[in-house]
Amino acid sequence: MTVKLVLENLKHKPVRSLLSVLLIAVPVTLILCLVGLSYGMLEDSQNRARGVGADIIVRGSNASSVLNFSGAAMSQALVAFLEKQPHVKMALGVINHPVDLPLILTGLDLDRFNRMSGGFGYVAGGPFRSPDDIIVDEPYAAQKKLHVGDRISLINHTWRVCAIVKPGKLTRLAVSLKVLQDLDSATGKISQVYVQIDNPADVNAVAQQLREALPGYPINTMAEWTAMFNVNNIQGLREFIYVIMGIGVVIGFAVVCLSMYMAVFQRTREIGILKSLGGSKSFILRIILIEALALGFGGTILGIGMSYGAYWLIRTLVPASIPMIIVHSWWPKALLITLLGAGFGALYPGLSAARQDPIEALAYE
Amino acid sequence: MSEPLIQVRGLRKIYRVGKVDVAALRGVDLDVPGGEFLAIVGPSGSGKSTLFHIIGGLAPATGGSVRIGGQDISTLTDAGRTSLRRNKVGFVFQKFNLLPNLTAADNIAIARYIAGRDQKPEPEFEEVLKLLGISDRLHHKPAALSGGEQQRVAIARAIVNHPSILLADEPTGNLDTENSKAVLEVMRDLNQRLGQTILMITHNPEAAAFGHRTVRMRDGRMVE
Repeated sequence: MTVKLVLENLKHKPVRSLLSVLLIAVPVTLILCLVGLSYGMLEDSQNRARGVGADIIVRGSNASSVLNFSGAAMSQALVAFLEKQPHVKMALGVINHPVDLPLILTGLDLDRFNRMSGGFGYVAGGPFRSPDDIIVDEPYAAQKKLHVGDRISLINHTWRVCAIVKPGKLTRLAVSLKVLQDLDSATGKISQVYVQIDNPADVNAVAQQLREALPGYPINTMAEWTAMFNVNNIQGLREFIYVIMGIGVVIGFAVVCLSMYMAVFQRTREIGILKSLGGSKSFILRIILIEALALGFGGTILGIGMSYGAYWLIRTLVPASIPMIIVHSWWPKALLITLLGAGFGALYPGLSAARQDPIEALAYE
Repeated sequence: MSEPLIQVRGLRKIYRVGKVDVAALRGVDLDVPGGEFLAIVGPSGSGKSTLFHIIGGLAPATGGSVRIGGQDISTLTDAGRTSLRRNKVGFVFQKFNLLPNLTAADNIAIARYIAGRDQKPEPEFEEVLKLLGISDRLHHKPAALSGGEQQRVAIARAIVNHPSILLADEPTGNLDTENSKAVLEVMRDLNQRLGQTILMITHNPEAAAFGHRTVRMRDGRMVE
């Protein structure tokens, strides 16, 4: 009967109820989108790193983050050095140049890359034929509406799209290693080296052997490396998510507090009626809390729906720059956050209602 | 001689308005035997509603005693008065005071629910609903009911938990003559058929005439 009363109350003021749900849904959408963006970018980077086909990665001695936006701090001679190490089958040195973050232009030796990874999956066009050729992946081509033969300007240089490839291998934007080294005035320099070994089962031993050979360089197996693509390993990202969650709780709290305060005010007489029937303080408080939680639940459902809308919009407009995903594991967290905000927001109006004098409440016009 | 169902002795109620004490009841004595239909009349400000509120457990007394079925309710805590309203008293108000979002049936069911009883009334209650003439109106919300129908639903709600006392505060105050008569006849029938004890506050001498007995109040006291 309590639930029925709450539902009837919500139906009785549909505009108030819908507005409350919508306002609660906004921070839920915000949280789910932020998490979807963070996880999507990391998952995308992780998949592209796995697509290289390497077993070990060697980064520059100045590398600090898993998202490598740093310049070329390593000598290209390291590639040859690494290839001479026992059990190393081949090494691939690449140079990274951030363009529109988080997009990175990668300079690579296409022959070596093909041998290590099996090559790009060409959707249109083919390998580099001239120094100004650039290979782009499908999301980037879709985002920039590019076709093979089109010209684009990146890092103050005009490139010709020579191929559109399937995503998921190393980078969205690939150019010749030498050309990018020259443009960056980093001839003979690279950003990181991917290493393939003769027996992947020995990867830990080989990685340890390389660490001993190259002290000071961060060297990780690809399993270790891809595991680092985690919210906790991106400096400030977790804190940023917490801040957005906090804002979500505060907005949910404020919306519910205001909405329920208005509801209690409008229903003063009804509260008096319930008290005259013997409704206890806890019964009155329970009705207000359940109503607030119902609003919070509705707001979460709508917020999840709106996050799908944002997902579709982002995937349509900027699929390469912002590879958002839907993180289902965050739905219960978003619900919990919202219900907490709603519950706390309903406490004051609920207690006010519970404390109302029945005679004054019944006399309320 | 057995103790009356309601026994009021030296009942006082003082309201504090700002820094001024206003005496609403100045020592009321009243005995109401079980099964009586008592009308309480008096001018505005005579203390009728205050007496109604204290007997019904809506407000505490300042002094004196009120015993209902032998239990002194003047010393009850807020929780005790809540329990009293839930189990021993049923209210009928001038403005009907039905929950506007619920159907008539749900308005009756919620009284059962609050009292911790099965929401569906006992089968015998069907007879009461027929007596009240609202059997076919139970699935309507108050806005779709006439004033007389709303008041009869309010009466059904008030007695659905078999309270010791039905307290009616100007039950015909918002009704036309025809509906007033119908409501008063229903209350008399409930009293006669079910032995329901009824205390009714009214300004209307014709309404008061439906009771077995009429007492008058003035300036916070019983005058006859």
